[in-house]
Amino acid sequence: MNLQKLKTPLGIYNTILVLLCILMPVIAPIIGQEFYTDVFARIMIVTIAAISLNLIMGYGGMISFGHAVFVGIGGYAVGILASHGIESAYIQWPVGILMSGFFALIIGAISLRTRGVYFIMITLAFAQMIYFLSVSIEKYGSDDGLTIDARSDFGVSFFDLNDEMTMYYTTFVLMCGCLYVSYRMINSRFGRVVRAAKSNDERMHTIGYPTFGYKLTAFVIAGMMCGLSGLLSANFEDFISPDMMFWTFSGELIFMVVLGGMSTIMGPLGGAMIFLFLSEVLSNITNSWHLIFGPFLILVVLFARGGVEGFLAKFEKRNG
Amino acid sequence: MYPGYIFSHILGASAPVGLKAGKIVISANAGHAIYAGKKCHKNFFNAAWENSQTPMAMGELLNRRGVKSLYVLSLNYAAGKQMVTGVERTFKGDIIGKDLVPLNHKDWSAELAKVKAAKPDGVFVFYPGSWGPAFFTQYGQAGLDKTIPLYNVFSIDGANLPIFQKRKMKHLLGTFNTNFWAPDLDNAVNKRFVKDFAKHYKGQIPAHYAAQAYDSLMLIDAGVRAAGGDAKNTDAVRKGMEKADFDSVRGRIKFGRNHFPIQNFYSRQIINKGGKWQLSLRETVLEDHAPVMSGECKL
Amino acid sequence: MNYVLLAEQFFNGFQLGIILFLVAAGLTLIFGIMDLVNLAHGTLYMFGAFFASTFVALTDSMVLGMIIAIPAMLAAGILLEVTILRTLYERNHLDQVLATFGMILFFNELFLIAWGPEGTGINLPPYLTGMVTLPGGIAVPEYRMVIIASGLLIALFLYLLVSKTRIGMLIRAGASNREMVGALGINIKLLFTLVFGLGAVLAGFAGLIITPITQAESGMGESVLILAFVVIVIGGIGSIKGAFIAAMLTGIIDTMGRSFIDVALLQIMDTVAAETAGPAISSMMIYILMAVILAIKPSGLFPPKGA
Repeated sequence: MNLQKLKTPLGIYNTILVLLCILMPVIAPIIGQEFYTDVFARIMIVTIAAISLNLIMGYGGMISFGHAVFVGIGGYAVGILASHGIESAYIQWPVGILMSGFFALIIGAISLRTRGVYFIMITLAFAQMIYFLSVSIEKYGSDDGLTIDARSDFGVSFFDLNDEMTMYYTTFVLMCGCLYVSYRMINSRFGRVVRAAKSNDERMHTIGYPTFGYKLTAFVIAGMMCGLSGLLSANFEDFISPDMMFWTFSGELIFMVVLGGMSTIMGPLGGAMIFLFLSEVLSNITNSWHLIFGPFLILVVLFARGGVEGFLAKFEKRNG
Repeated sequence: MYPGYIFSHILGASAPVGLKAGKIVISANAGHAIYAGKKCHKNFFNAAWENSQTPMAMGELLNRRGVKSLYVLSLNYAAGKQMVTGVERTFKGDIIGKDLVPLNHKDWSAELAKVKAAKPDGVFVFYPGSWGPAFFTQYGQAGLDKTIPLYNVFSIDGANLPIFQKRKMKHLLGTFNTNFWAPDLDNAVNKRFVKDFAKHYKGQIPAHYAAQAYDSLMLIDAGVRAAGGDAKNTDAVRKGMEKADFDSVRGRIKFGRNHFPIQNFYSRQIINKGGKWQLSLRETVLEDHAPVMSGECKL
Repeated sequence: MNYVLLAEQFFNGFQLGIILFLVAAGLTLIFGIMDLVNLAHGTLYMFGAFFASTFVALTDSMVLGMIIAIPAMLAAGILLEVTILRTLYERNHLDQVLATFGMILFFNELFLIAWGPEGTGINLPPYLTGMVTLPGGIAVPEYRMVIIASGLLIALFLYLLVSKTRIGMLIRAGASNREMVGALGINIKLLFTLVFGLGAVLAGFAGLIITPITQAESGMGESVLILAFVVIVIGGIGSIKGAFIAAMLTGIIDTMGRSFIDVALLQIMDTVAAETAGPAISSMMIYILMAVILAIKPSGLFPPKGA
């Protein structure tokens, strides 16, 4: 990575975002707002989901309106196993990630046969189907949700997720890991095929690339990363519920990715941070914050297409 | 202290946090079965009821009214299923039809056709919130109100009855439901409560939510008073709440080991009294009833 | 086998199909011709319900209130199109999804504040509260027959509009090849506005006609919207004929499923399992149907030629 980039407005912005994440557990008590640490933990967990969505949507052009479903699957893996007494992380986490991947495989295999607008609707329909399915299964709480008594157990005394600091920084490290995976994937040969398919699928076919396989693979990887977000969410909140999968959350994820700057590596972090902060602040002002948020969404779409990263990048071009 | 809690999924998420932090958590509505049984906690109090009790009372009422065959209609989510389980515990007749509809369901044409074909002695429903008006309207439109009596829990209460009256849903007059309380429950505390409520809220009759909330507050008051005003002395407050030495709108109130009330359940009928539709007490259906899973509580 | 019940459920499914068709027809036209992903189509359905409720309350007549609501819907639709939606035509689908999602949030909140969570309703006039008895003892509520009849009339009107008039020809041409129509000198802007207005009226009519049965409440648009999307995906985007057939198929399968799945399951599994699986499977039936059709024909059953 080019260190010169850090001196640009974009670079400074991204560095600040990362520093805020690292330092919040220290800053928050100092400014008397301990619960900001919780907000930032949530931001990082959601960022992982946003990164995974960015992979397929930002780079791959697949607008999935059902992405929240994978958060739910990862979360329910932890919850269901925990309710049966299986608390070992070495079982819960692989199961969660593999189940997310499996569902992504099925949903992707059917949905990716369609294009554009059809794809959006179908992913939405599938997500709603799984949401209603989980609401109907009373054994695991149904819409009341399921409380999780103890977090995933790694079996070593010095690494205990029940300790809040461990939970926080584990999330941070995993988020950075996902950012790195995203960076490597995008710049790999595989990633280049997926990105090319976004701009012109037919051309790729003509040169001999079976884009379906590539896109499905990307979709499955994104699903698994999103499942990780769900695992962390279940652990952090000690609670899971079908609400994690409701379609409006998928819409919010899409918004975060666009707001932060689509098809940029760091975009999802900024987008998640701004969105969650905005919803916290606005909902403290009024319960009817959607009245403000709805038009805000429309304005961002109409006038700030590249998101924050796009805006700052334009700034760079003018000065550089 | 964490008082409040109407919605069970919010209770589910935050009660553990409060309990872990050593605080007393009070539910004024959400009646989670788990907290009455296996997961009972010394700091958890419920001043309302456990979810299956009210439908169990309904099952008993159905028996008394000679209903031999029942069609059950509910919603396909946790509370909806618990209402059905509750009625099944006590109802001695046959359940000849059962439909649990998804949450986004608003048109019961298919289910009502099935009810008509099944010809049950009665129909039992759980349709709270906005499902109620839609369902009851359609029940009347299908002409079923003239042939099959309707029974419900938590679908028609003091809070939404004015809306039904405004929408002129006359076929609801005369229907029965069950609850731990009725506005015309005959004790001094309740009479005063209902009168004061009407004075304060422009002649409105309170619903059971208000009654529960009143008792929750008085419970907290009893606890704090027993601790000499020191609300931070959790142990003393808890002991005070366990004794529950206060005047309840229920007449008298006592709590079980799991801190859920042991109480009566009554049947109520919707009547038109003085131009105002209201719920009126009929008979005591269950006496000194404790949640069935109380035995699982190890306190 | 209770044939009367079977026939009654068929009518119920048919009526559901009519409502779905009204919403899907507008949606498929707007997609097909303007290439606009309009998540706020459910909001138009909600507008119809609330507008009509208000006018019925004001005029104390169900019929009059509903009739006045129709031009109100047209005006609302045109207003939305001219102010916000027009700018979205050139944008990509993602922008359209997000902007219309923002509209949903805003309007749901607005209506929640204005009418409260209990929403509002329309009472049927006494002459429509009875039952119609068909040969064989099949009883259908009068008002549901009204819905079926009006829906079929509108379907007929749409068919004549699209296949026998000049505007209809422009609509069909626009669905197949938008740029050509523009290049041939037709006022595309006006055409788009008219098409959107038509879609708004169709959706609004569905909303108002169903309100006496299901009541009006904030957020009522979303569940219909998702079903409507499933319908047009099955039918083929841009095709009214596809929307009609898919809507009927969806309505009947959904209703029959809900009515008879538990009975069918009881043959192969025990009561407790059937009672858990039954409701779950019946709510999934439509999506399974959609998946199956897409597996065989990814562009839907009747995609317009050239799509």
